[in-house]
Amino acid sequence: MMRQGIDGIFNDYPILPGFSSGGRLERVLRSGRFAVTSELNPPDSADPEDTFNRALVLSSVCDAINATDASGANCHMSSIGICALLTRAGYSPVLQISCRDRNRIAIQGDVLGAAAMGVHNILCLTGDGVQTGDQPGAKPVFDLDSVSLLQIIRSMRDEGKFNSGRKITSPPNIFLGAAANPFAPPYDWRPLRLAKKIDAGAQFVQTQYCYDIPMLERYMTVVRDLGLDKKCFIIVGVGPMASARTASWIRNNVPGVHIPDQVIDRLKGAENQKAEGKQICIELIQQIRQIPGIHGVHVMAYRQEEYVTEIIADSGVLKNRIIDQLAAARFNAMETQTTRYKSA
Amino acid sequence: MYSLRKWSTRHARAMDLTYRVTANLFHVFDPLWKRMIASRLEKPFTACESWAKGVLFDCQMCGQCVLSVTGMTCPTNCPKSLRNGPCGGVRANGHCEVKPELRCVWVEAWSGARSMKKTALFQIPLPAREYDLEGRSAWLGLAAANIAGRDADNTNDVPS
Repeated sequence: MMRQGIDGIFNDYPILPGFSSGGRLERVLRSGRFAVTSELNPPDSADPEDTFNRALVLSSVCDAINATDASGANCHMSSIGICALLTRAGYSPVLQISCRDRNRIAIQGDVLGAAAMGVHNILCLTGDGVQTGDQPGAKPVFDLDSVSLLQIIRSMRDEGKFNSGRKITSPPNIFLGAAANPFAPPYDWRPLRLAKKIDAGAQFVQTQYCYDIPMLERYMTVVRDLGLDKKCFIIVGVGPMASARTASWIRNNVPGVHIPDQVIDRLKGAENQKAEGKQICIELIQQIRQIPGIHGVHVMAYRQEEYVTEIIADSGVLKNRIIDQLAAARFNAMETQTTRYKSA
Repeated sequence: MYSLRKWSTRHARAMDLTYRVTANLFHVFDPLWKRMIASRLEKPFTACESWAKGVLFDCQMCGQCVLSVTGMTCPTNCPKSLRNGPCGGVRANGHCEVKPELRCVWVEAWSGARSMKKTALFQIPLPAREYDLEGRSAWLGLAAANIAGRDADNTNDVPS
């Protein structure tokens, strides 16, 4: 019997035999809907209210919220900590696991812990190098890479075994994800890298920021020729740029982000750059929606969460679809509870 | 050293041919190699292997050689220790995210694998590296694994 977790109670889409997790994201994708995911920028604080606040905004427009794992090698509240808070409110997030900070012993333990709390989705990442972050002197771990991490979690789920072969009495029911970057060299190998990740166990992928539709189309043509869009759900990453200056900075400093000159020029020429950035993002989502073989968008709005709601609403991708409306109420309730603890 | 390593990748196809011929020759003496493990000869043998692969491939002696599937490019030189291909951080000029002056090990490996016409092997997901094998001889390990494999095959052949 599949354990549904708390999320299963709010059952908008049926759980069918053969599902890995029964979580909301998997149900939406398998029902053929265009999924919307977003990421929560983790707070630099030990106050749970900060996390609930941000989740509250996102939960009304998303099928799942990603809990980032020290992205860009910058220290914030941990992904497992965020997942603990979100699952307490009955929400099933996407736990991001990066291989940069922990070895295989720690990671396998976290997978069991997360599944026990009610996390249905895990995104396996190699992780950015420590040199990009605020503490470049840290020791990089990289005991595993994203592909071997996928293999290990898949065998924990499907064979009920740790990497050592030792038995797991109750295996974690996890919908397994990975990252993809169609916009970095070697370009001709990128679709094959997706194939390799699928072979290793990836059931969905979320891509790096997409600002170059022709490049994505070329990538998707090969992906469709290889039949990969039938084996794996492809969710394309998008996000608004606050200004031309931010866009140039990101292009030069964040590994793997490709922003064409036209996008930066368009931002530069705009009267209100922030609004223009939002408009570009909406147009990108609408264009991505038209490409065959793409199953959703992943909206990443660093320090602009309040924009995510508007962007998704204005893009029209949800088509009046019911999002977990009760989630917001639950986050609200958690917030009130936290405030009460604090004042007591 | 770096230029020699690049030379090896450029000539991956010839390297691969040499590898296959010598590997077949090598496996003829598997029982001999296996006896060498844990004997007085293991250390000098490992030193020879380390020197030869060090010169040609900038080998880091991970003890689990995968050169034949990674386009004759040693992946242990990747600053993020990847075993399964380039990360998403490769710069537009094909250089490394962590060390901008270094050309991505995996961009090299992919060009090597293409020239070897062995792209199918490049696609097999490799398991996590076993760090307890670091510094040990991959060749002797290979001989022992080969013998173990043959023994297993023989037991399977026994009619029940």
